[in-house]
Amino acid sequence: MSSDAMAIPNVQVGGRPWVQVLHEWVITVDHKRLGILYILYALIFLVIAGLEAVIIRVQLIYPHNNFVSPQVFNRMFTMHGTTMIFFVAIPVLFGFANYLVPLMIGARDMAFPRVNAFSFWLTALGGFVLYFSFLGGSGLYGAGNAPDIGWWAYAPLASRAFSPGLSSDYWTIAVLVAGFGTIGASINLIATILCLRCPGMRLSRMPLLPWLNLIMSGMVLIAITPLSAAQIMLLVDRYLGGHFFDTQAGGSATLWMHFFWIFGHPEVYILIIPCFAFMSEIVPVFSRKPIFGYPVMVAATICIAFVSMSVWAHHIFTIGMNSYANSFFAITSMIVGIPTGIKIFNWLGTMWGGKIRFKTAMLFCIAFLFQFLIAGLTGIMLASAPFDWQLSLSYFVVAHFHYVIVGGILFALFGAFYYWYPKITGRMLSERLGKIHFWLFVLGFHMTFDVMHLPGLLGMPRRIYTYEPGRGWDTLNLIISIGAFIQGIAILVFVANLVISYVKGDIAGNDPWDAWTLEWSVSSPPPAYNFASIPTVASRRPLWDIKHPEDPDSRYD
Amino acid sequence: MPIRRIKNSIKLIAFQTFAFLLWSTAAGAAEPAASTGLTSIFAAESTPAKSIFHLSMFVLAITAIIFVVVFTLLVYSVVKFRARTADADREPAQVYGSTQIELAWTIIPILIVLVLFMATARVIHAVQDAPMPATAVEVTAIGHQFWWEFRYPRLGIVTANELHIPVSDPARPKPTFLTLLSADTDHSFWIPQLAGKTDLIPNRINQMWMDPFRPGIFLGQCAQYCGTQHAKMLLRVSVDSAEDFDAWVRAQRQPAIQEEKAIAGRRVFETTACINCHAISGTVANGRFGPDLTHLMSRATIASGAAENTRENLRLWVQNPDAIKPGSLMPAMNLDDADLDALVRYMETLR
Repeated sequence: MSSDAMAIPNVQVGGRPWVQVLHEWVITVDHKRLGILYILYALIFLVIAGLEAVIIRVQLIYPHNNFVSPQVFNRMFTMHGTTMIFFVAIPVLFGFANYLVPLMIGARDMAFPRVNAFSFWLTALGGFVLYFSFLGGSGLYGAGNAPDIGWWAYAPLASRAFSPGLSSDYWTIAVLVAGFGTIGASINLIATILCLRCPGMRLSRMPLLPWLNLIMSGMVLIAITPLSAAQIMLLVDRYLGGHFFDTQAGGSATLWMHFFWIFGHPEVYILIIPCFAFMSEIVPVFSRKPIFGYPVMVAATICIAFVSMSVWAHHIFTIGMNSYANSFFAITSMIVGIPTGIKIFNWLGTMWGGKIRFKTAMLFCIAFLFQFLIAGLTGIMLASAPFDWQLSLSYFVVAHFHYVIVGGILFALFGAFYYWYPKITGRMLSERLGKIHFWLFVLGFHMTFDVMHLPGLLGMPRRIYTYEPGRGWDTLNLIISIGAFIQGIAILVFVANLVISYVKGDIAGNDPWDAWTLEWSVSSPPPAYNFASIPTVASRRPLWDIKHPEDPDSRYD
Repeated sequence: MPIRRIKNSIKLIAFQTFAFLLWSTAAGAAEPAASTGLTSIFAAESTPAKSIFHLSMFVLAITAIIFVVVFTLLVYSVVKFRARTADADREPAQVYGSTQIELAWTIIPILIVLVLFMATARVIHAVQDAPMPATAVEVTAIGHQFWWEFRYPRLGIVTANELHIPVSDPARPKPTFLTLLSADTDHSFWIPQLAGKTDLIPNRINQMWMDPFRPGIFLGQCAQYCGTQHAKMLLRVSVDSAEDFDAWVRAQRQPAIQEEKAIAGRRVFETTACINCHAISGTVANGRFGPDLTHLMSRATIASGAAENTRENLRLWVQNPDAIKPGSLMPAMNLDDADLDALVRYMETLR
């Protein structure tokens, strides 16, 4: 293609001073560069929050361990949770969306490039503010640096009476600012997907990745707003004498819980839906078949988006809601499993009758299927309210949501990295290191999170810095910790792969996977503004049509 | 190449099978571990815990069946439809979907969800909407950072950390109904063998009940993160036979014993900051910020279960609480040795 001639500047950095290069990256409004910035930013925080998890696991390796003080432990799990959700998962997913959506819909950039840059830097500011609390959190009180209120910051623990100093303020402002960034990025994605599709790309011909990111962005607008409102209310409480959540002046602790979880549950789907999108792009290509039941996949996702807005209180089954409320949230939580199950079956249907190629990207996707299945089934157990009265707030829940977030989201993300890294950098990730990364991570993941269900069943609550010996938790915790260390090593292999392959990896070419969507029609990395001439599509798989003129999809479209 | 691919898929299958076995034996493995009488949710010893146990077995069975079916399909398709070198160049048949199949895997889950929901709603109603019989023992549990206050309004008893309740004979039920309150942050009352957990939330009145089948000590701890020492906010429930419970109630209703030989220690107690937070009936001490010490020696542990109730631990706790429970709200009292000895001697008389 003629656009190959337009190489993007970052591959020719050789001659220019580094300050100039840095400057270009800081002021960039290019969707691809911003996508890369999002992803790198998230990777840095992934390593930081991973280290926090390692500290947590060292402390819990045997009962009555004194590796860190209770105060430090409480900061670690607060920072680990907050960082992983707000500064790893959300940015990395928006990074991929930013990078891929314009390429996949045949656009030259996002609809609002400046808003795009502004949103990224807001999100970035959030992360810096959160971590600045290690320096500035103590305030005048010597109250201890870094927030230690848990990533839910339940009232009244986050009020001034129980959290003096500034650490909770850094937490609040970080989450608030990052939330604004996320909202901006979502508005941008919605506008881009609705307005900038190339000629011929009707919504019914759009690949599933932009489709699912469109739905996810809509959910962000609904879910992040109550969170932002709650953060502002908390700030009013802490600085302007408000009493929304100040229980000592008649405020309501449960009000915060509802505000937080009406964000918190849709948030899970906000994170997993882009991963469904990765799955829906990668599984077909490596099975050599189109996605099974495309309209049903879109419908199921919309269904998930709607139902997931009315399931939030299953996080607070233990707060003493009446039996009608508990029954309502039990049934809605179970219902959301139906469209989710449909998706699993559709990926299965895609693989069925295909010719599956076991590249690393596909291995991660297959592992996703198995693990997401288990995560969904433990989710049904938690949706059964009385069962939840036992399981909630225990290590069973911790195992369940890590199964979703690590076993689901992170595995799909790794798949996405192996799949799109060649497009982004122009070089292939090493398959050999990739296989090592995969198997080590699978080993570590299952050692940690399969076993972690058990101490929960044996009565071990979450968020405890140490535990009593002799309750059957000791050996299990040792295994969990060893698994965590193995995952840590696997992440190092992954990072090494990213770095080494950037320099030494095989040249990718435009289309290393023999794929079908538009991003593979341009060079790797794609040129500035992506398409020299805007493409026209006649089906969901434009590259299939080009490669198989004897049997194009457009014939059935 | 194909051999390596097969090896990979076999490894994957083996691993996932192992994972599944580990996961699905959770229920089975937990059972024998629990018969040692600790904190397993599968070793239910009262009606609410038992109903939850039956429900959980039902849910586990259904999810296990779903798992086996889907797992088998996944493994089958991964093994069966792997690419072979023989016909590497040809693309497989391009199938876009099937309405019948989509309908089937929509309707079957809907039916499963209906069944699960009905089983769930039944247990929700049975546990939550159970009426309180006239014979019930009423206890008010108040969560504090980081200890438990227990009040028996109809018996006039105030105690801390170790809850005493009577065993409930199914023929003549005598359940215990707890009213749950909080003095500061959120807490959660969880004795896995007796009932699911319920939170203690400031400005909110929650309720739960339990009717233990047999006497014994049942353990648990605060389940809702409540601050620095959330981990050592342990719970002990002593389920007593009817006679033992009556004897305990009688003893608890006595005022504190005042022995002449410990008068020096009492002076120390009454003239230091102890009385700001602690109460001992019959003395000037009526603080309510910390545990009531009137019958301190009737308890097996101190510091909400963080240490055994021994002379050495009492001494250490008064002098340097951070050695036992760093971050607890008990201040170090900085007494000299003579005062400390006298004080501990006095506390040891508070039977």
